[in-house]
Amino acid sequence: MATQSHDVEALIKKRYEHGFHTDIETDTVPPGLDEDVICLISNKKHEPDWLLQWRLEAFRAWQKMKTPTWQHIKHAPIDYQAISYYSAPKSKDDAPQSLDEVDPKLLETYEKLGIPLHEQKMLAGVAVDAVFDSVSVATTFKEKLHEAGVIFCSFSEAVQNHPDLVKQYLGSVVPQGDNFFAALNSAVFTDGSFVYIPKGVKCPMELSTYFRINAMNTGQFERTLIVADEGSQVSYLEGCTAPQRDENQLHAAVVELVALDDANIKYSTVQNWYPGDENGVGGIYNFVTKRGDARGNNSRISWTQVETGSAITWKYPSCILRGDNSVGEFYSVAVTSNWQQADTGTKMIHLGKNTKSTIVSKGISAMHGDQAYRGLVRIAPTATNARNYTQCDSLLMGDQCGAHTFPYMEVRNNSAKVEHEATTSKIGEDQLFYCRSRGITEEDAVNMIVNGFCKDVFKELPMEFAVEAQKLLGVTLEGAVG
Amino acid sequence: MLSIKNLHAQVDDTDILKGVDLEIKPGEIHAIMGPNGSGKSTLANVLAGRDDYTVTAGEILFEGQNLADMAPEERACAGLFLAFQYPVEIPGVNNIYLLKAALNAIRKSRGEDALDAVEFMKLVRERMKLVKLNEDLLNRSVNEGFSGGEKKRNEIFQMAVLEPKLAILDETDSGLDIDALKIVAEGVNAMRSPERSMILVTHYQRLLDYIKPDHVHVLADGKIIKSGDEQLAKELEERGYEWVKQEAAAA
Repeated sequence: MATQSHDVEALIKKRYEHGFHTDIETDTVPPGLDEDVICLISNKKHEPDWLLQWRLEAFRAWQKMKTPTWQHIKHAPIDYQAISYYSAPKSKDDAPQSLDEVDPKLLETYEKLGIPLHEQKMLAGVAVDAVFDSVSVATTFKEKLHEAGVIFCSFSEAVQNHPDLVKQYLGSVVPQGDNFFAALNSAVFTDGSFVYIPKGVKCPMELSTYFRINAMNTGQFERTLIVADEGSQVSYLEGCTAPQRDENQLHAAVVELVALDDANIKYSTVQNWYPGDENGVGGIYNFVTKRGDARGNNSRISWTQVETGSAITWKYPSCILRGDNSVGEFYSVAVTSNWQQADTGTKMIHLGKNTKSTIVSKGISAMHGDQAYRGLVRIAPTATNARNYTQCDSLLMGDQCGAHTFPYMEVRNNSAKVEHEATTSKIGEDQLFYCRSRGITEEDAVNMIVNGFCKDVFKELPMEFAVEAQKLLGVTLEGAVG
Repeated sequence: MLSIKNLHAQVDDTDILKGVDLEIKPGEIHAIMGPNGSGKSTLANVLAGRDDYTVTAGEILFEGQNLADMAPEERACAGLFLAFQYPVEIPGVNNIYLLKAALNAIRKSRGEDALDAVEFMKLVRERMKLVKLNEDLLNRSVNEGFSGGEKKRNEIFQMAVLEPKLAILDETDSGLDIDALKIVAEGVNAMRSPERSMILVTHYQRLLDYIKPDHVHVLADGKIIKSGDEQLAKELEERGYEWVKQEAAAA
């Protein structure tokens, strides 16, 4: 048995495939954070004064806050003055109008990642807003979306071209002072994506963004805002990879979703940031605030996430079920291997009548990986006939990893029905032996068993993402047995 | 086909097999009988290559290859098959998907092309009939929610698709009612051929009424203490195992 787990550990130590660093000239401000830096960021982005004031309010709130310590993760204190808060790839023109104007090295980076932009242009059905460090450099498929009246652009562009929409909805789901990292993001966010789907419009294609962190010591602070107006529908895909490096990188994004009456937002994430090496050195700190407001009656917000990367993941994509008959869903697969840590889960806040939520969380831990599911289901006194179903399963590989479940329930309405199921199991020697005795290699067997375990979540992903997610899981857990 | 010489094996540092000798020629069916705890299932698992079963002495040659050097999947690719006593459930993994992956892995090791979906389904439909397997079991998760009888039938169905050279049936009869036993036995008999050998591990003579063995061996305390033909099984059924043990002790 002992030798067996050594073999297994050797197999898991597969190097991060996307580990490379593009040598590119960046326009980076010196490390440190004060009101001057925020003014500089705002100025560089030609922002209106109200946004600068909004940032400064956030910064002042952040200064009074302390790093949260309740989460089940460990890391050295972060020196926020050692981080550079702005970095933009330099191009000959300030804003490239076409791919020809984009730095060739940048395009090369995307090619290494397998997402060449010139091919993406032809990829029917997927529009890509590519984020390289902090500034969006290319946006495709805009015209088709424009015909449908859909606004899909970088956050900076939205501030310039659709200031009223931004002003109306920014911070309306995650206020500036919501939490430590959301406040930091609100003060210093540099870019991100903005989506507006007009009344009654079904977005004609799936919207996709590839994030990638590059420059050394640059924290990345993305801001995403998606507004689905009455009766509209949108499916948004987010996927990420990052180059290998030794320095821990802070990533504190904020995603806000707003669904008005009868609107439907599906937000899918495949997250594969650099997790650190087999000794736990390096890797991304992924401290994200994601929240959806099912503001309208009969609205629906669905989060699906596959989290395999980052040294530390701290995120709870949540739904506020404000509208009557609104629906919130959370489907999650989280993998922690080597020394990765994750404290992740969701919050379902039931306010409206007949609101429904579903939570399916699948956690996989291998090597020294440690993770916690943390979920809150709150049924407010106003939420008559609210329903929640929670299923929370953990799979352990090896005997040095951990899985923890922290479910919180607050039910203040007697008509509520709340169900919670949780299991923890080790990946079975019996299951592996069964597959192997049929001629299937150990790696393929692990892959098969783990994918079977995650099936309920994968089936919620859009097809192309489901395939990618399965491959990613295979790479992350090659040969992992316990 | 299979040559076992002086096989000693341990599970969790406990000696279970203490010098087993067995020769199996192509086309032969050997029944291995014996009381509880005699090492029958250990022998089956050692042959298939389960991890925590350690060979401490002796050798196992399968068509001239030393089995102890081979991973379980390599043994399967070489033509070995174990029908499990307790087939395990694998949630979320489609029964037919597992079988297709298995068949194509074995074909690949032989340098053959993978079967495409149409060819594979044709084979599946043909072999399902052998054990009267219910079609909806194909697309369920492996063994999940299967009845005891369905699990055992599924094992024989897998055997029929994978077409091994040597099949080891570990207490395939346990937990089966008489009708299910007949169906399973018919499936096994349909798979008999001059090239295919089988080892039937069983407690009871009952199975041997339906599958006629060429040889019957009694395994007790980690050794084969008596070998004979079908008649020996009948005698064991009537008289139990004690007299064989005493006879062996006297010798």
